[in-house]
Amino acid sequence: MTIGLDHYLIVAALLFTIGGIGTFLNRKNVIVILMSIELMLLAVNINFVAFSQYLGDMLGQVFALFVLTIAAAESAIGLAILVVYFRNRGDISVEDLNMMKG
Amino acid sequence: MIEAYIPDFYRILPEVILILAALGMLIEGSFRKITDSKLTARFCRNAIVAIVIAVVVLCIQHKSGENWVTFEGQIVQDDFIFLAKLLILVGSAAVLAISIPSLAKEQILSFEYAVLVLFATVGMLLMVEANDFISLFVGLEMQGLSLYVLAAINRDQLSSSEAALKYFVLGAISTCLYLYGTSLLYGFAGSTSFDVIGAVIRVESAVGLPLGFIIALVFIIASLAFKVSAVPFHMWTPDVYQGCPTAITAFIAAAPKVAGMIVFLRILVLPFILMYGEWQAIIVFLSFASMVLGAFAALRQTDIKRLLAYSSIGQMGYVLLGVAAGNDDGIQAVFVYITLYLVMIIGTFGCLLSLRGKGHFGVQNLQDLSGISTLHPKIAFILAAFMFSLAGIPPLAGFFAKLYVFKAAISAGLFGLAIIGVLTSVVASYYYLKIVKIMYFDEVPAAPTITFGQSVVVSPEMIVVLNACGIIILFFFIYPNPLLEMAQRAALALPI
Repeated sequence: MTIGLDHYLIVAALLFTIGGIGTFLNRKNVIVILMSIELMLLAVNINFVAFSQYLGDMLGQVFALFVLTIAAAESAIGLAILVVYFRNRGDISVEDLNMMKG
Repeated sequence: MIEAYIPDFYRILPEVILILAALGMLIEGSFRKITDSKLTARFCRNAIVAIVIAVVVLCIQHKSGENWVTFEGQIVQDDFIFLAKLLILVGSAAVLAISIPSLAKEQILSFEYAVLVLFATVGMLLMVEANDFISLFVGLEMQGLSLYVLAAINRDQLSSSEAALKYFVLGAISTCLYLYGTSLLYGFAGSTSFDVIGAVIRVESAVGLPLGFIIALVFIIASLAFKVSAVPFHMWTPDVYQGCPTAITAFIAAAPKVAGMIVFLRILVLPFILMYGEWQAIIVFLSFASMVLGAFAALRQTDIKRLLAYSSIGQMGYVLLGVAAGNDDGIQAVFVYITLYLVMIIGTFGCLLSLRGKGHFGVQNLQDLSGISTLHPKIAFILAAFMFSLAGIPPLAGFFAKLYVFKAAISAGLFGLAIIGVLTSVVASYYYLKIVKIMYFDEVPAAPTITFGQSVVVSPEMIVVLNACGIIILFFFIYPNPLLEMAQRAALALPI
């Protein structure tokens, strides 16, 4: 069996779904949410690179590089905000993110 | 041949000016031994000057009415984009102006405030002038990442950092949705340029559109709905509005909403116009849900910023009604609505920021406003005018904004949605009028609490902005032509 475009797309879709489920169903830890977000971004990169290879077009790989850089900036900012939150709250469980409601 | 690869920096001079100003302030701020609210206030004034220069340069560049495509088709300029950029720049400068006197009280001591506002402004400019999903992505992220940091700028306050964390997580998920949609679009159309995708959809729709385009459309609409906080993607809005310092809330509520709505319109109209049937159904639902939730969820709020959050969700529902109409009238109505929304929201937050208690915080609960009319009649009057305008009571500007949107919806045959819009605006007027009632008819509490807005802090810039907003809202009905002509020019530039 040769590995074609479909297989890559299915893997990417699965990873994206796992990431999505991880962000919404996780009740324990905010770090898990950050990891899930990274997973979703990397799933998108698989999509871009697979399509780029399939179409014989470099644009998808360029976009993947953009996504990688911005994902790095995003996780840096996410972790920084998490550190600030932890200093104020002393805890990073998702269930405790409930100071404001309504 | 090398000239062909040198990007045309003259075309993006306004952005270059803002970036250079931001970097200059960043360097100066880093070399200062102490940073206090004085330095931050000076930086805010510098940022306002930089934005004014950028506005002047933008107007000179566009005086000839020239349209251009530059950076290999990544960035375009036409009347619609020019006017949107003008709105964003003026909105950001106005928010900086109203925030200056309250910086010390709100504990925004770090000088990065002004720098981040400038970066976010550049991100918004890039968002609206993007003609490609790559440059749009970079713009969205530049704006988003700056806003997450701004939300957390008050590092010692728990509610602020919690709001920032929620904002970040939901914003990052919306980015992922956007990227997944874009990757499918790239795979099916072979390009990320708006024009090429539009052309591919035109060819493909003759023989039956692949499902991939529809899935991509849904993902991209979902992510943009996050940015403009349309229901069901509104979850972050109330918490972020409530948790952030009021100055930051004002910034998040003003220009980014305008930029998000402009991008929404551009994406739906440029690449996806032939999928009108598909996206109209989604937008109608978003608009309906936003109007209803915005009207009913705000009824039981006691925190004024939370109330304004639900109010802005409702307002975005009305704007989406104009988007759903999807014709020339609709685009004009959207443009008029977002302009007046910007004016009203900046004015409202300006009034709230000027009212101060003895403690650190300004107005927090609705009850803090009780009897303000006897203490500060001017501010109470102008805030009441903004509330009447947000409720859509004639002859204030907000009424005309709603009128044009409903007219556009009816011309597109969306009768049911227009009726629901009128009904929800009646429900929503309850809580706007409640604020007026609290200000004018409730007694001043005998023992003012610490958050009671008893003293007024203003600065010259703030007075200018508040007066300008008040005049626009009060006298729009006498001389509406400039704004209507602007909207017409914008609609003509966006082919539909």
